[in-house]
Parts: sequence; structure tokens; C-alpha cells
Amino acid sequence: MAVRVCLGFLILLLYSNFSTALYEDQVGLADWHQKYIGKVKQAVFPTQKTGRKRVVVSTEENVIASLDLRTGDIFWRHVLGKDDHVDQIDIALGKCSILRAWNLPDGQMMWESALYGSTPSKSLLFVPANINLGKGNRILVFSGGWLHAVSSIDGEIVWKKEFAIDSLEIKQVFQPLESDIIYAVGFVGSSQFSVYQLSSKSGEVLKHNTASFPSAFCGEVALVSSDMLVALDATRSALISISFQSGIINFYQTYMSDLVQDFSGMAALLPVKFTGMFAMKTVSGIYLVRVKGVSVLEIIEKFNHPASVSDSLTLSGEQQAFAIVQHAETKIDFKVKLDKDLRNDVLKETVEMDSQRGHVQKVFLNNYVRTDKSHGFRALIVMEDHSLLLVQQGDVVWSREDGLASIIDSTTSELPVEKEGVSVAKVEHNLFEWLKAYKKGEKGLIIINIVKITNAGHALKLKGTLMLASPDEIAAIQAMRLKSSERNKMTRDHNGFRKLIIVLTRAGKLLALHTGDGRIIWSLLLSSLHRSEACEHPSALNVYQWQVPHHHAMHENPSVLVVGRCGPSHDALGVFSVVDSYTGKERNSLKLVHSIIQVIPLPLTDSTEQRLHLIIDANLQAHLYPRTRDSVNIFLHEMSNIYWHSIDVGKGLIRGYSLRSGCNLDVVDEYCFNTKELWCIVFPSETEKIATMATRKMNEVVHTQAKVLADQDVRYKYISKNILFVATVAPKAAGEIGTVTPEEASLVAYLIDTVTGRILHRVIHQGAQGPIHAVVSENWVVYHYFNLRAHRYEMSVIEIYDQSQADNKDVWKLVLGKHNLTSPVSSYSRPEVMVKSQSYFFTHSVKAMAVTATAKGITSKQLLIGTIGDQVLALDKRFLDPRRTATPTQAEKEEGIIPLTDSLPIIPQAYVTHALQVEGLRGIVTIPAKLESTTLVFSYGVDIFFTRIAPSRTYDSLTEDFSYALLLITIVALVAAIFVTWILSEKKELREKWR
Amino acid sequence: MPCGGEQSRFWQEGMERGKGLARKWAVEFAENTSSSSSYSGVPDPLGFNRSTQDLDDTNGGRQMKDAEAAWKSQKAWEVAQAPLKNLLMMGFMMWMAGSTVHLFSIGITFSALWQPISALQGVGKVFEPYKDSRVDILAPKLLFIALNLAGLALGVWKLNTLGLLPTHASDWVSSLPPAQEVEFSGGGLPMY
Repeated sequence: MAVRVCLGFLILLLYSNFSTALYEDQVGLADWHQKYIGKVKQAVFPTQKTGRKRVVVSTEENVIASLDLRTGDIFWRHVLGKDDHVDQIDIALGKCSILRAWNLPDGQMMWESALYGSTPSKSLLFVPANINLGKGNRILVFSGGWLHAVSSIDGEIVWKKEFAIDSLEIKQVFQPLESDIIYAVGFVGSSQFSVYQLSSKSGEVLKHNTASFPSAFCGEVALVSSDMLVALDATRSALISISFQSGIINFYQTYMSDLVQDFSGMAALLPVKFTGMFAMKTVSGIYLVRVKGVSVLEIIEKFNHPASVSDSLTLSGEQQAFAIVQHAETKIDFKVKLDKDLRNDVLKETVEMDSQRGHVQKVFLNNYVRTDKSHGFRALIVMEDHSLLLVQQGDVVWSREDGLASIIDSTTSELPVEKEGVSVAKVEHNLFEWLKAYKKGEKGLIIINIVKITNAGHALKLKGTLMLASPDEIAAIQAMRLKSSERNKMTRDHNGFRKLIIVLTRAGKLLALHTGDGRIIWSLLLSSLHRSEACEHPSALNVYQWQVPHHHAMHENPSVLVVGRCGPSHDALGVFSVVDSYTGKERNSLKLVHSIIQVIPLPLTDSTEQRLHLIIDANLQAHLYPRTRDSVNIFLHEMSNIYWHSIDVGKGLIRGYSLRSGCNLDVVDEYCFNTKELWCIVFPSETEKIATMATRKMNEVVHTQAKVLADQDVRYKYISKNILFVATVAPKAAGEIGTVTPEEASLVAYLIDTVTGRILHRVIHQGAQGPIHAVVSENWVVYHYFNLRAHRYEMSVIEIYDQSQADNKDVWKLVLGKHNLTSPVSSYSRPEVMVKSQSYFFTHSVKAMAVTATAKGITSKQLLIGTIGDQVLALDKRFLDPRRTATPTQAEKEEGIIPLTDSLPIIPQAYVTHALQVEGLRGIVTIPAKLESTTLVFSYGVDIFFTRIAPSRTYDSLTEDFSYALLLITIVALVAAIFVTWILSEKKELREKWR
Repeated sequence: MPCGGEQSRFWQEGMERGKGLARKWAVEFAENTSSSSSYSGVPDPLGFNRSTQDLDDTNGGRQMKDAEAAWKSQKAWEVAQAPLKNLLMMGFMMWMAGSTVHLFSIGITFSALWQPISALQGVGKVFEPYKDSRVDILAPKLLFIALNLAGLALGVWKLNTLGLLPTHASDWVSSLPPAQEVEFSGGGLPMY
């Protein structure tokens, strides 16, 4: 009965508001947004007056940004598309096949010009040093086998010249200062060297020389001067200096072992630009080599690893400076040298460095003129964790944690429980302060002040509630609300809003962000994912919950598991690391003896609440972690009911496996299990190609199996965690939209039970194609695709119901508990299912899709859709109800069924990101709060954004701006009024009696 | 008995006057005889024979008791029929309240349920004044109970029309947790 009353109220509540929008003053109360740019690839320091305090950078996340050199703030930023890699930037900026120029002060695009190119090749950009946008200077671009001269004013291509003939690979394009000749040098095949001289006016070839070298080149070159190059040979053990002065090409080979003592391994030329010298890297360190002539190479200096060298910087008066950064344990040495005087350092600074930032990866040097006309230097340093720092005068002026632009996975952790009572130290401190003030004889003042301070806030709030506050006071209230210390505490709160979001970045760094304000609580550059001899190219894969103390082992801190592998191939050995989520210390790290292709967290925990994980290696053997007796016993007990499946996209297969004891290993390993194939679903390769898959989240909670319809009828949802949604598309239609006709395209959606391999449902959408995004929750799946016939995006919903429970409708049996609704269900019982589905048009294309999750699963669901505009849109699941009809009956309306429309509405207030954009949106994560009505939403891309939403409004708590002061005052006033009236009436009665 | 009644009336009058005028009270010590008319100084009307009336009073005791019993039984029946009016009014109110769940309809329904229940609890007390060895109050009592039960039934019916009675399977299953699954299957796309 109570449930129905609740339901009735809930429906009424829901009916009254479709969307839960924010008020302007609520922005920033529960949400935060952080802007990043990613790992910096290139940095250019503008020298013109307006841009002197800025730096223009291009990053690996395809961002071009202008940063403030004083604070590191972003002036402007452009996030280019996923495939628009920035190859090179200069004062004018360029990209692969399109050249774009931006205005420096505000980042407005000035022009864009598409370059003609036939063969894909590395593009080169050369901007003459004396470029002045006012005059018609030309920018030289080599791209796709063509050399283009582009006008710097409007981007018009002045001339172009094809070089794609006879496998020529152009390595450098340059134009000496005050010369009309453009040099283009490159290799033909592996051993021929070729020099072209072109006229800068028309692009015609003035001279062409070719010379062969007896052995092969490896392809790396460093331009030393305008008529000399240094190249490496194919074995990377000899340097070849090539001079091509006035058309005569000379080679001279210098063996590395002659130059460097005890040389071993291979050398590499560093892509830095110097005149008269070059930098090379070997196993033992970085060498600076001066070129005195074709045959004379001289090592100037050697820097031990890890070190980094910057490009040279032209100072006034033909001087060139460059910077070297070297590591010395927790410090870095920052040295600046001039090319005229290489023995001495112009500047030598030692900077304290956070050890969690790793090694220096790149240095960009910049100078400024001090008041005494001498040169000052500052450097932009890119660290191993992708962070960006500005070092000046021996100090880190600012730092940006730009690793957060490349989050690959995330999980959450609870905060520590608040200790009961106030800590003794705190009380002592307060008392001490008070005593000090008392001694000064300011007792009265202090007390008044305390009263004033504590009251001012409440009084202001009260004023706000009573609408008496002036605009200034409203602003003060807003500031107070935003600064509220309550949300930033480091302890668990009653509502479960305060948590730690633990994110893993591509650099292998683990960071814990506080949900209150997004600050970084701790960060850890995982040592197990550090490059070492045993682990050449480590990469982080995923992060999982390892231990969540809940009932047992309460004294232990929760921890997370980071899984990585030692190389790009799938059979590389795995790396395992367990990190304490309170302190951020690595608790345990393991180098696995097997590879990792799947990590399966099991729904089992051991006695210390460590979650059991199965790791499947490339030989399809399962390894159990943690490796303890206890966990094996627990696992063996449940093993007969544990299955796993693997989707092979290339072959178009889904295979299901069971587990059995014993491995085919030489050594006996009781934690290793063999797998046996149980079933296999083969998709016909000529008509279907697996495009996407989705499963239910493992931690999703479902409140009830029953769905009550308007006519009091009950339907039983098919709630299974083992449901897999797979969508396939026609192989022809696997490409981009518009490449195939609707007749050729089709999309097939499957619902598969992963225990038995049974296909529960299959539906074909003719004329539809990807990209497909899908989300599975409870008993439904929603997927998004493109409908070629309608030229629109579509979203479909499939709801699946269990028919085998459908006869549980006798009230008396239910009252007496004679039903099988709560008894365990096996997939092998093959329950009959019933499916309802419906499709709707949707305006946007989608980047990511997620569904809200709440603690008990009672609150209605919302879909969170990452739109093409990098915003997150909340769409009520009720819009995607397959039972929507054009004319719902009164009862259906009461149930909350919305009249059928062909397209889904986009309500502007339903954007959870309100006015903000999460640039480069890649993922949306939902985390249930302890408060049933509320879901925490974390979305990441280049930017990160966090907020909390209540899909059915916060029906279980008062709003945050609820004035407790007003309530208290009202109560007090009422009690006082009661007393006063009581006394008055008593008095009056007495007077009456005496009369 | 009438004499006693008269005396008490005087007392009451005295009391009332005493209340109205502070500290001014009076007790009339005049002998309270049957010849009250002479006391007031106004002669009895013509043909009025005080002595015969007094005689009638003393002789007609039994007759009076009969009348009283009849009166009591009549009163009891009246009391027993009272819920009928209530029932009609409640029915009207319920019709006015409609069949959607909101504050008014819930209030009406609960009062419709509460009134008969409280009336049934106090059924003994209601008929206490009419209890007499010669008066049969069983029938009115039964009628009273029956009418109240009808009222209760009306309330329950209203509750049902509001959909607040757990008479459907949906009311019993929505609180049940979903069934546990025996098997677990993990996996998905391999990490390549």
C-alpha cells in the first residue's frame, strides 16, 4: 500500500517536470570543469609585441592553444578533429593536408587552404625566418609528394611542384636567408641522395644533383648548415656527413666507435635544429656534436640519461642559445649554452622537481630581456607524465597537469570515515588561540567577532531566502556557497557525494581527484609502468577496484588494481600494480609471467574483501588473482558456475568458455586454470561484421523485477547480468556515412546470453549503418545508429521480459509466499522471453553514451549522451519507452507514458554540462551516490567535467539552499508565541475569575 | 419528583444570580410547599384543581414508566439510524472527492474509515442511556452496527477505487528483490 502511495506521488512528481534544469546561481555548486590541452608536441614563442607573454603549443591531443606565460592559463584553444593531427606549427600553423593560419592574439582562423597531395608522406613546413604577414611572403609546405608555396596573407597556393616521382623522399626543405633559391633534399630509395634547387618565385627546378652512397641510409637526417647534412646509415652505427655546396655532393663516413668510446647499440639523431652542430642519442647518453667540416666531427659534450635538449634559439647578434635539462634524483639541472661558447654555461639552475612527474621529455627555450639589457631565459618543460612546467630563475613558475587530457580509464573510491568527535589537537589549538587573544585583553572583541562571523553567514542566507538581499549581498551569498568547505572535506559524507575519482592516464600516471572541487589529492607515476630493460614499451591498460573494505578488514584502506603490459603486442607480458586509494602509495607490484588479453573481475571476494580477478592470457589460460590459498578455495567452490566469453571482431566470432583446473604449463600452478570452449556464434562474414558490443555494468543494482503496467498487470523483466548486446553491420557499410546506398547497408542487433550462447533476440535494421553506440541497463538496451533511408540518426530501444515468470499473478500465492520469484535462476532453464522495441529519430550524432546509476536502483533512469558538440545531454528513459502510443489512455498517462512522437526531444535545459563543453569528449562515467535520488557523473576527454544529477529530482532530501535558519527561527517564534498566548490567556482567565 | 425538580431549579436560579452579582447571594428559606401558586401571589386559574393533579401524579406512576420506556426505545432507534444519514453524506463526499489520489480524497477516505470504527468501538456507550430492563436495545444495536459496517465497507470500497488496497499481484511483487543468478559470465572484447 505504502509503495503504491509512494508510486502515486512519484508519478505526480514526475509528471509535473520533464527536465531537471539548473538555475543560474546553482552553476558551480555541484559541478566542476577543468580545461587541458594534452602532451605538448611543439611550442612556439611569438616574438611580436602582442604575443610576447604567450606561447603557442600543439599537442598530441590535436589541440592548438595559446597559453599565458605568466600563469599557464589558456588564452585560446582549438581542439581539432580526431584525425586532424598537427604535424608542425610555426608562427603560422600547419596540418597534414590542410594548412591553416590563426591570428595569434585571439585565435581566430585567418585562412585555410587545402593542399594537393597524392601520396601520403610526412609533411614538412618551412616558414622563412623573416616572415612578416604584411608582405607577401611565402610559406613552403611539403605534403603528399608536392611542394607548395603558400602565400602567408590569404593562404593561396602560389605554385606547386611534384616530387613524388621515382620513390623520392624529401627530408628537408629550406631557404637560406636572403636567397631566392629553395633547397629540397631527400633520398631516392635507400642509398641515393638528391638535392633540388628551386626558384622561390616560380618553383621551377634550377638544378638537380644526385649522388649514390655505397651503403644505405636509415632515413634520419639533421641539417647542420645551409649546405651540409648529417645522416645515419642503415645500421645506425655510422654518421655520414653530406655536403652539397654548389651542386657537388660529397659524402664522408664517420664510424660511431671512432667518435664515441665504448659505443654499443644504435644511435638516433634528435630532431632539434642547430646550426653547425647536431645532437644524437645513444644508449649511454646524449651527445652534442660539432661539425667543423665535412670530415671533422667533434663531440662537444655528453649528457647522461635522462636528459633533454631544446632547439636553438636565435638571440640578437647572431648568437644562438640552447637549453639542456638533466636529471639529478629529485632535482633537474637546467643549463643554457651559447653556440659560440659551448664549454661554459650562460645559465645554470637547479630546480626541485616532484618525483611523480617522471623524466623530462621535451624542453622549449625562450628568452626575455631583463631591465639591464641582459638575456634572461625561461624554459617550457614537458615531463614524462605529460605535465607542462615553466621554469624560470630556478623555480617552477607554473605547472599544468596535462596528463588529464588523456584519461584511459577511471574508477572511484570512498573517502575515509570521519573520526568520531572533534580531534584533540584541534580543540587544543582553538583553546590556545583563544587564550592568546584573552591575554591581550581582547576577550570581548573576540567573542563578538566570533558571534559576528558565525551569524553573518546565516543572516545573509536568511536575507536571501526572504528576498531582502541586495545584489551585492546575493553575490556574497553565492561566493559563500561556492566556497563551502563542506564539499571539499577529506572524509566520507552522509549522502555519498564526496568520493575520490581515480583516473589512469595514457602516461601511466594514476591521479585521485576529489569530487568536491576536482583538486588532485595524490598522483602516482607507476614505477611498474616505467620503461626498463625488462619492459621496453610499457603501457597502462585499465584500472579496477581491488579491495573495498565493507564489512571485514575495515582497518585496511581500499585499493585499486592497475593493469598494464610491456609492449604493444597482445602477447607482451603483463604488469600488475595495487595502489592504496587513500594514500596513493603503491602497495604491491608484480611483473606477470604471462600476457593479458582479458581481465575479468569476479563477483567474489576473499576474507579480506579483495576482489577475485581472472586474467586470461594469449594462450587462453585463466590465472587467478590474488594468489592466496583463500581465494583459490573460494574460487574452486564457485568454478563450475563461472564462464567467460571472447569476441573476435576480425573473424566475426563470439566464443564462450568454461573453466577447469590444471594448466598446460611445465610448472604446477594451482592458480592457473584451463579453459574449454562451450559455444561459438559465427557471424556470416560476407553480410555481417561486428561493429559494437555492450554489457550491463557489473555493479548495477536493480530494485525489482516487476514492472507494473497501468492496468495493475505485472510484467517480469528479464534481468540478467550475462546479457550481451552485439551489433553487426554489413561489411560494405563499415566505413563512413555516405559511402554506401541504403540497399547495401544493414544493421543487425543481437541479444545474447553469454552463459549458454543462446541468442535471445535478433533484429535487422535495413538501410542502417554505424557508428553504433549502445548502452545496456536492467532489461533494456538503447543503441544509436544512422538511418540511411531517412538521412537521420536513430535511437532504438529493446526491452526484454521474462515470460516464464509471467504466471506468478495469483495474489494469494504471493501473499503466502508460494512463488518462485526469488529463487535462484539458471540460464540453462532457458526462460521464454518477450521483447518490445521501438525506434525514434534523434538529431545529434553521439560520441559516448551512458546511463545513470543509483544506489538502490529505485530512481528512474536517464540516458547521458555525449553529443557532437562535446556536451552531455540527459535524456529521460521514458522517452525511449517501447510502449509509447500516439494516444495513451488516462491510465497510461498516469503511469507516465508520453504520447508517441517520431523523434526524441532535445530540451536545452537538459544539458548537464549547461554552458560548458568537455572538449574531445571520450567517456561518461556514472557513479551512484549514497543518496538514492542522486548520480555522480564524470565525463572526460581533453577536458574533464564532473557534476551530480538527480533524474527524478532530489525527492529524498532538502535542497542545498534550504534555509535552516529560517526554519529554526520559525519554530522558535512559534514556540514563543505559544508561550506568550498561554500566559496571556492564563492571566485573562484569572482576571475573569476575580471579577 | 416534580417537587424535587422545582427545588433544584430554585437552586440553579440562585446560583445563576449569584454568579452574575458578585458576593450577592441569597438563600430563600421560604417553605417550599406544593402551593406554589399562592406563594407567587397569583391565584390559580379557574377550574384548575391542584389536589386532583397531585393525585394524578401519585397514581399514574406505572403509566409514566411505560411512556419512558417507549421514549427510550424510540430514542435508541433514532440513535441506531443516525449512521444512515452519515452514510449518505459520506457517499456524497466521496463522489465529490473523485478517484485520484490526493490530499482531499485521502482525507475523506480515512475519515470514512475512522468514523465507523470509532462508532463501533463505542457502541456500548452510545446505547448506555437507553439501557433498561424493559427496553429491548438489541435490535437498534444490531442496526447501528450494521449501518456502521456498511459505512466501513463504503470506506474500504473507496480505498479500493483509489487503488490503495493490495488486491493485485503487482502490489506484492514490487517489493521482492530480483532473483539471484546461478551462473556468472565475464569477458568481452580482448584488449588488443
